[in-house]
Amino acid sequence: MFSCGTSVVPSLEPILLKHGNDAGQLLQILTDVQQAFGYIPPEAVNRIAAHLNIPLARIRGVASFYSFLKLEPHGEYRLLFSDNITDRMLGNQSLLDEMCRQLWLQPGKVSEDGLVSIGLTSCTGMCDQGPAMLVNGRVITRLTPQRVREIGDLVRRRIPLEDWPAEYFVVEDNIHRAGPLLSNPFTPGDALRAALGMGEAEIVDAIKRSGLRGRGGAGFSTGLKWAACQQAPGSEKYVVCNADEGEPGTFKDRVLLTRQANWMFEGMTVCALAIGAGRGYLYLRGEYRYLLEPLQDVLQQRREAGLLGRDILGHAGFDFDIEIHLGAGAYVCGEESALIESLEGKRGIPRNRPPFPVTHGYRQQPTAVNNVETFCSAALALAMGVDNFRAMGTEKSSGSKLISVSGDCARPGIYEYPFGVSVQEVLDDCGAVNTLAVQISGPSGICIGPNEFNRKLGFEDLPTAGAFMVFDDSRDMFEVARNFVHFFAHESCGFCTPCRVGTSMLKQTMDKIAEGHGTRHDLAEVENLDLVLQTTSHCGLGRTACNPVLHTLKHFRPAYESKLKSLDFEPAFDLDGALARARRMTGRDDAGAHLKAEDV
Amino acid sequence: MSHTFQLDGANIGFEPGQTVMQAALAAGHYIPHLCYHPEFKPHGSCKLCTVKVNGRTLASCTMPAEAGLEVESNTDELNALRRTLVQMLFAEGNHFCPSCEKSGNCVLQALGYDLEVHSTGFRHQYPDRPVDASHPEVLLDFNRCILCELCVHASAEVDGKHVFALAGRGIEKHLIVNAESGQLADTHFSVNDKAMAVCPVGVILRKEVGFSQPIGMRRYDARPISAQALEDAPRVPAGDSHE
Ligand SMILES: Cc1cc2nc3c(=O)[nH]c(=O)nc-3n(C[C@H](O)[C@H](O)[C@H](O)COP(=O)(O)O)c2cc1C
Ligand code: SF4
Ligand code: SF4
Ligand code: FES
Repeated sequence: MFSCGTSVVPSLEPILLKHGNDAGQLLQILTDVQQAFGYIPPEAVNRIAAHLNIPLARIRGVASFYSFLKLEPHGEYRLLFSDNITDRMLGNQSLLDEMCRQLWLQPGKVSEDGLVSIGLTSCTGMCDQGPAMLVNGRVITRLTPQRVREIGDLVRRRIPLEDWPAEYFVVEDNIHRAGPLLSNPFTPGDALRAALGMGEAEIVDAIKRSGLRGRGGAGFSTGLKWAACQQAPGSEKYVVCNADEGEPGTFKDRVLLTRQANWMFEGMTVCALAIGAGRGYLYLRGEYRYLLEPLQDVLQQRREAGLLGRDILGHAGFDFDIEIHLGAGAYVCGEESALIESLEGKRGIPRNRPPFPVTHGYRQQPTAVNNVETFCSAALALAMGVDNFRAMGTEKSSGSKLISVSGDCARPGIYEYPFGVSVQEVLDDCGAVNTLAVQISGPSGICIGPNEFNRKLGFEDLPTAGAFMVFDDSRDMFEVARNFVHFFAHESCGFCTPCRVGTSMLKQTMDKIAEGHGTRHDLAEVENLDLVLQTTSHCGLGRTACNPVLHTLKHFRPAYESKLKSLDFEPAFDLDGALARARRMTGRDDAGAHLKAEDV
Repeated sequence: MSHTFQLDGANIGFEPGQTVMQAALAAGHYIPHLCYHPEFKPHGSCKLCTVKVNGRTLASCTMPAEAGLEVESNTDELNALRRTLVQMLFAEGNHFCPSCEKSGNCVLQALGYDLEVHSTGFRHQYPDRPVDASHPEVLLDFNRCILCELCVHASAEVDGKHVFALAGRGIEKHLIVNAESGQLADTHFSVNDKAMAVCPVGVILRKEVGFSQPIGMRRYDARPISAQALEDAPRVPAGDSHE
């Protein structure tokens, strides 16, 4: 499976050829190389640089940006435990410890025989069936100590991943409440036919009248976005579907991609008709790689049914096709301009805006970027009639919304509601009891306590991209915030000073408090860091990275204060800890070999 | 009159296409900045140039100038944010100014003085960043790199060499050299490169000429950066007024 030395070169040719020897496809090329060799060997870097005529440092720069790409070997088996707070609540840490014991390995290290490495990865979007892990990029759900032992055994016996028990890889949809999006009564082509009966301006107008707002988080009017794209001058226009779904606790796009892919592609095609695009891209997060082939099959069916390709539904000149690009482990690539950079084969750094993607997007051309659910909803609005669509939900939030419920409840999974449902209703439906807090829309969203459970999901009150993580009264909300802070520090792209440095310092301070060394001074520092992050960061990641701490401090301040030392100052540097190595070397552990707190 | 905006109450004329920073500097008004360099496309990463426009905070070096904007820059609130950003940069790298060849010519240090940053504020990260002394004439001391990307652009766009690039993500982000060995000696870098001249801090240093310019006679010794930056800024050509 894994070759080394100069033998990599022959297998590179087909990969380069497949991607048209195009430097714009660098990320896709590197992803394929990673898949073929388990890492990106130096010879491959040299070869790709020479072949595409780009600097070698650019390849290293791109590869080192994405978590799933590696420039050094990371074991024939790379085991990554999903580390969302919901995985933690389901015991991922003891499972990771168990795996390390099984394989005699420390996290982050590659075993001496090069067989295996074990580590953590950001939320894999399996919160309703965790704890989850990725093995060489393939997701395994519902881990138990038993399953961990079996996996350890399979790894030791070098059983190829293809021969592992199929039930490991089963991802369930867990739909507990369906609405028009999930129990979609229409057949592929219905929305397109409706759209073809209108002019381009009329489609955009219909979408505007439907009141549809983006489901990816920001809630921008989809009609206005399409109108801007339609009017923008450009030699080519593009439709991009954002299936990066990186916000921890969100997994509704996963279910739409599994169940309603055809309908999502239909929405993209309608958009293409409206704005005059010839090409579309689906940016699929690397964690959902298992959906790649099924999605390609759906695209093929659509081509065969005349719903994609040349002269769609017999309309001469209506040509549109869709390509799937894989992400490689970078939450920030969900931000639309970073996503476009990533599509262009670069490091996923959010662009300076203006100009916005609607005028200067993919390859600097007008580009409509929308979320998976937005495209599904747009198609639905046209198929069912915009007035019927508008009749669902509330005044400013029309239509229905998929909610991904996870955490402390009896029935985690997907719930589709008309907008305007209250938090309490969702809690009742999913069987949550003794609920202490709900994290709405993921770490970048908001955390609310019981006195706010009567609030309603929707743009008027509690906007949400779909995540709904439930915490009961046995949970420590400080630890929840700390997990989210770690997430942001890990996912910061590093472009701007406040987020690059600030998220990292916030993480250190939260860790210091968790270890019992925190003081009031540290809480003040946390508040100062929050201010700088919120006001000066370049993109939404940094601007919202402080939310978990701000919101939990507001509602659950005692969870922080109970961990503080009464001292006003405590050094960040653990002097006694620093002597541990000297103690080991001298074999001493007596009182004289320790610094007492009062000496420090 | 139509092509003007307000900066801290003053009228600033601008040409279409200019950013708030470019227009302000050209009109003789200073906004603190670090990663912005008049000869390069604004990058917008350090965020020192953060201003407030209609209640929103954003980077003035990348914000297109628009007629009628009301921009706040020299306020206690914004200067406090800038101070924290400078402290973050000092804490992120390893900056021992007294022993640095760039001392007195360093933009980060000069900004620190000008903004009255009296302490580092945050705990130091002490990153492990080995120096690259491979090149016969140039030393790379990555300890002081603030990741402004100016050398990356200068080398690619002016020198046509692509000697530098950025790698890693988040706090692990770092500057790399375009050679299989990763060493500067294995590139075509030369002391005459633009990339040699743009580094605002003490990373890319000429060997063997260290401290030839005495401390006290350096760029920011004579006058603060707020005055020096205005001198360096491209001016509106004479006779081309926008008032
Ligand atoms: C850090 C960050 C991550 C994001 N991740 C996603 C994502 O995973 N999926 C998504 O649809 N939108 C995401 N967004 C929002 C997108 O930038 C963009 O607003 C959205 O794709 C627009 O589509 P919509 O209007 O249909 O919601 C993210 C934004 C930020 C700042
Ligand atoms: S806020 Fe964070 S993620 Fe966004 S550009 Fe800055 S460093 Fe990158
Ligand atoms: S070496 Fe200098 S110019 Fe280059 S990124 Fe670092 S600080 Fe900027
Ligand atoms: S000078 Fe504007 S962000 Fe650096």
